[in-house]
Amino acid sequence: MEMINLTIDNKPVVVKKGTTVLEAATSIGIHIPTLCYMKLDDLNIENKPGGCRICVVEVKGRRNLAPACCTDAAEGMEISTHTIRAINARRTVMELILSDHPSDCLICAKSGNCDLQDMAHRLGIREIHYKGAQSMYREDTSPAIIREINKCILCRRCEMMCNEVQTVGVLSAINRGFDAVVAPAFEMNLDHSVCTYCGQCVAVCPTGALTEVNNTAAVVRALYDPTKTVVVQTAPAVRAALGEEFGMEAGTLVTGKLVAALRRLGFDYVFDTDFAADLTIMEEGAELLNRLGRHLQGDPDVKLPILTSCCPAWVKFFEHQFPDLKEIPSTARSPQQMFGAIAKSYFAEKLGKKREDLVVVSIMPCLAKKYECGRDEFAVDGNPDVDYAITTRELASLIKISNIKFTSLPNEDFDSPLGESTGAGVIFGTTGGVIEAAVRTAYELYTGKDLPRIDFHELRGMEGIRKATIDFNGLPLNIGIAHGLGNARQLLEEIRAGKSSFHAIEIMSCPGGCIGGGGQPYHHGDADVIKKRQMAIYKEDSNKTIRKSHENPYIKKLYEEFLGKPLGHKAHELLHTQYFDRS
Amino acid sequence: MPRIKLSETAIQTIREVCASFDNQEGELINVLHKCQEKLGYLPAEVQELIAQELNMSIAKVYGVVTFYSFFTMIPKGEFPISICMGTACYVRGAEQVLNEFKRQLKVEVGQTSPDGKFSLSCLRCVGACGLAPVVMVGEKVYGRVSPQQVKQILAEHQEGCMREAKSA
Repeated sequence: MEMINLTIDNKPVVVKKGTTVLEAATSIGIHIPTLCYMKLDDLNIENKPGGCRICVVEVKGRRNLAPACCTDAAEGMEISTHTIRAINARRTVMELILSDHPSDCLICAKSGNCDLQDMAHRLGIREIHYKGAQSMYREDTSPAIIREINKCILCRRCEMMCNEVQTVGVLSAINRGFDAVVAPAFEMNLDHSVCTYCGQCVAVCPTGALTEVNNTAAVVRALYDPTKTVVVQTAPAVRAALGEEFGMEAGTLVTGKLVAALRRLGFDYVFDTDFAADLTIMEEGAELLNRLGRHLQGDPDVKLPILTSCCPAWVKFFEHQFPDLKEIPSTARSPQQMFGAIAKSYFAEKLGKKREDLVVVSIMPCLAKKYECGRDEFAVDGNPDVDYAITTRELASLIKISNIKFTSLPNEDFDSPLGESTGAGVIFGTTGGVIEAAVRTAYELYTGKDLPRIDFHELRGMEGIRKATIDFNGLPLNIGIAHGLGNARQLLEEIRAGKSSFHAIEIMSCPGGCIGGGGQPYHHGDADVIKKRQMAIYKEDSNKTIRKSHENPYIKKLYEEFLGKPLGHKAHELLHTQYFDRS
Repeated sequence: MPRIKLSETAIQTIREVCASFDNQEGELINVLHKCQEKLGYLPAEVQELIAQELNMSIAKVYGVVTFYSFFTMIPKGEFPISICMGTACYVRGAEQVLNEFKRQLKVEVGQTSPDGKFSLSCLRCVGACGLAPVVMVGEKVYGRVSPQQVKQILAEHQEGCMREAKSA
């Protein structure tokens, strides 16, 4: 390995060849400011268009300032990061960016979480010396994402996520010069495009140009409507991230405080999407075993591999891009929608109420869930199974508005019966979790034996595509896992070409799975945040006494009292769905 | 945006152009040039087909089409008029010439006259600065153009097509 010697601010540093000046500086504790640059280590995600020029430094012997993020360290380089010239250039760049940026920080949805705001503060900008034209681009609202392009600084992070990581290809920089904006083809609205609402553009946007549709006001109205019983469900990934919004260390589990907060907000029943995740495993696991059984008997019509169907962005992705494969994913609805269907049937009956008198709210790490709950097939006579989906971030905002001191809350337990869940339900929140949960159940149902071990470390991790073979009592079951839609696309191309050797594949749209969802607290380019959330999810799993979905006593009771059998008539009606060709 | 239906021949042409560049994403600009040369312009449907053939997103194709002023999504007229707005032409009165074309044709830069005969565009330097200001109509170059000559240049082409129509 060739090593390079250079000095940065008179400090000598030795780095591997190919290291950038920015990385070399970071390695010796020099923090060069960056704005468009973003790198998520271990997730293979990097944005360095060298466009914003905030990171410029002085290189001895070079006439021009160099952008540290995309200048390789070279032998003998002498770098100065805080000369008058570098500081002035940085501040000028910042002022020019701000001269075409609305100054409505006080009321902006991104205020307090905005990288641009932070940078203006860090560079000590107190005056903007440049007055010029301001972009006037129309706002675009969709079921999940709002584009307020006047706030765009053309960092191109969203474009990189949409094209390179997700391969959805909706967003691109169009036009040139002052008229340049990031937009869908032909400047159509997002809801006319093939956007999956995965929300990864929102997750990385450094400004308020891309934000979620805010449904908190509708939730508050429901909470204060005396004629409504308001039921809430919380997705597994929320408990591993919500604490960050209140200054807690990433990876802090706040399950008990989350329940306490929801109760104080006035929800009548605080339930858990993990319960519905266990239910999903019952249905999806039964479907896997059914298809596998028929395959082993030589049925030529059976479709394998089976693909998970929990992730609504992934569902929309294949409906647009792989409609020819729409018979392959499991027909099981997502846990959010299973919960809604059960809450407004089984639970409403238990309460002796009509479904119209119930409002189901879900707390999700996700933006696509907002779109999913509005899909026509998830409503009965126009009454949706899930009324509102709000993100982890929106919940944090509700808690703050309602004068609740989150960090001092006691730990409380979910309500029964839709709040009881197993460790298998909670790991749905991370990449690899759904398939591990499915394996735990399918193994025991298929072999009739107890699992020799519960933790399947071969299914865990952060690699974009993972493969493992699990021994089902002599039957080698080939399992694939992909997170990030670009990785999913690779596995789908294999299936389309007839080259896939998998029996079952788990797919999650967001890098890391739901813990890295578009509705989670902003990670600001720090991949460690996502990894710590993953550790928290596995910790929650190992803390549970019951860790297999089919052993959840309340799930058993639900089948006995109401649903009958997995894949039975009632289960089919309430817990399964169909997919549409949207190409 | 009104949708148009591409003819089978147009579809075939686009596919052949893409294939001649081995359907390489990196050849997008060349493909767009060739397609515009053959079809006159690049409507949304053409871009969609190119995106499909080169296996890239439509947004990226549209991004490139809107970045380069040479590419157009509006069909060009039978006689495309280009007025040079390079430095030499500009200081010698190209703007007044342009305004006169706009006035006579009642179109803006980038538009085509309703009868489909003339389209108006600007370009930067055709390398004939000695003849400034320069106007091109199709392949024909006019030098030292004054606003007073505009009417005659247009008439020349109106007549030209009438004569051709007669002889045909």
